[in-house]
Amino acid sequence: MPRKAQDYDDIPGTFVFDAERSRQGYGINMFCASLMKDENRKAFRANEVEYLKQFPLTPAQTEAIRKRDYNGMLELGGNIYFAAKLGATDGHSFQHLAAVMAGSTQEAYLKMMLAGGRSVEGNRSKSGKGDPPKTGKSTRGSRHRSGSKHG
Amino acid sequence: MARIFAGATSSHVPAIGAAIDTKRTEEPYWKRVFSGFERSKEWMAQAKPDVVIAIYNDHANAFSVEIVPTFALGCAAEFPPVDEGWGPRPVPVVKGHPELAAHIAQSVILDEFDLTVVNKMGVDHGLTVPLNLMFGSPTQWPCPIIPLAVNVVLYPPPTGHRCYMLGRAIRKAVESYPEDLRVLMLGTGGMSHQISGPRAGLINSKFDRAFLDNLTKDPQKLTRIPHLEYMREAGAEGIEMVMWLIMRGALDDEVDEIYRFYTVPASNTAVGHIILENRKRAPARAGKANRTAVRRNRKTIARSKR
Repeated sequence: MPRKAQDYDDIPGTFVFDAERSRQGYGINMFCASLMKDENRKAFRANEVEYLKQFPLTPAQTEAIRKRDYNGMLELGGNIYFAAKLGATDGHSFQHLAAVMAGSTQEAYLKMMLAGGRSVEGNRSKSGKGDPPKTGKSTRGSRHRSGSKHG
Repeated sequence: MARIFAGATSSHVPAIGAAIDTKRTEEPYWKRVFSGFERSKEWMAQAKPDVVIAIYNDHANAFSVEIVPTFALGCAAEFPPVDEGWGPRPVPVVKGHPELAAHIAQSVILDEFDLTVVNKMGVDHGLTVPLNLMFGSPTQWPCPIIPLAVNVVLYPPPTGHRCYMLGRAIRKAVESYPEDLRVLMLGTGGMSHQISGPRAGLINSKFDRAFLDNLTKDPQKLTRIPHLEYMREAGAEGIEMVMWLIMRGALDDEVDEIYRFYTVPASNTAVGHIILENRKRAPARAGKANRTAVRRNRKTIARSKR
C-alpha cells in the first residue's frame, strides 16, 4: 500500500517521523538504539554486515545504513534521534549529520548557521499553499536570500 | 501548601552539553550562548526553588521505539544520566521527589490526563543541559527535580492546547500537596530548528520572537498553533516548543517577564530562554513561620484593596 498523503508532506526537504514511518523503520531504529552500548558499537565497527543481520531490515534499509545515507534512512522510517547514534558511533556530531543531510560541506553549513540559519522564505511549502499571503508586507521575504542555495 | 512561583524555559541542544563537558564555554562561539544565562543563574541562586518540575523530551534514550508514552512522569528517587552514544555526560544524578511526583500523578490522572508513571528512567541532554544552564555545574543539583518526559519524537506530539491544560492540572495538583514547597516549572526544548532531512538548518527568528512575546502576554494564542505550522515555520524539530506551554499553563494568566535571551545558533538550533514569575510573588526566602506571616499580610492587603 502506498504511503497515505499527509498535509506535512508539503513541507520541502522534510521526512516527518509519523506512525507509518515508525512501523516501517522499526528495524533501523532498533539497530541505532543498540549502539547506545559501547560493546555493541565495537561489534558493529568490527563487522557491520554481520551486526546488521540481527535486525529486521529491508535490503534498501541495510544499504542506506551501510552508505550512511541519512536522508535515505529517514525516508525509510528512521528517526533522526536514533540515526544520530550511528553518527555518534562514527564520531560525528549532530551538526555533521545535518550538513550531510543538507547536502552541504561542513564549512558551508557552519557558515550558513552563523549567518542566521536557513531562511524559511522559499522553504515553507512545495505547493506554495503554505506560503504567507502575498500582501505588500510579506513580499519583503522574497528579497531575502534563499537558504536552500547555501545548503 | 506547595505552590508554583515561577517558570523558566530553555533550549536543550546536545552541543551545549558537549561544550560544557569539554570546557569550551569560553570560546567566542560558545561564550555568546553561555553569557546569556549568567543572569539566569543569579536569579536561580536567589529564587532557590524547593523542587523543580522539568518538562523535557527524551531523544531515543530512555524510550526506544518499543514504548512511546505521550506524557511520562518520573516518580523514582533518582534518574541517572544515560549514554546517548557519546558516553554518559559527567553530570550529577538527578534526584527526584517521589512523594510529590506520586501526588501529581494521582491528581492529574483523575483530572483526565492519562500520563505514564515511570519508576525507572535514565535522563538525557534534554533534561541535563537546561539544568546546567540554570544551575551551572555543581557537584550535586541543588534541589529535587521531577522529570516529565513528553513525546515529541514520534509524530504527533500532544497538541499545544493539551500541553497547556496539563500545566493547569499540574498546578492544581501541586497546590493540593500539603507540604510547604516552592516549585519552579522548567520548560525545555526549541526554539526553531530542523536537524533532519535536506531542509536541516532552518531557523525562523521572527517566529521565535513572536512565540516568546506571546508566551508572556497571550499564551492562549499559542495554544491554537497547529502542528503543521510549527513544523513549517519553526522546523520539523521546532515542534518541541509545545512543551513550553506545559510550563506556561502552570503559571498565572498574568505574569511578569523577568528575563529573556535569544541567540542564533547553537549548533543547528536557535536558543531561546525566558523567566516568568507569578505576580503573587513568593516572599524572599524565609522560614515557614515567616512565610505564613507574609501570606497573612498579603491577604490583609488584598482584602484592604477591595
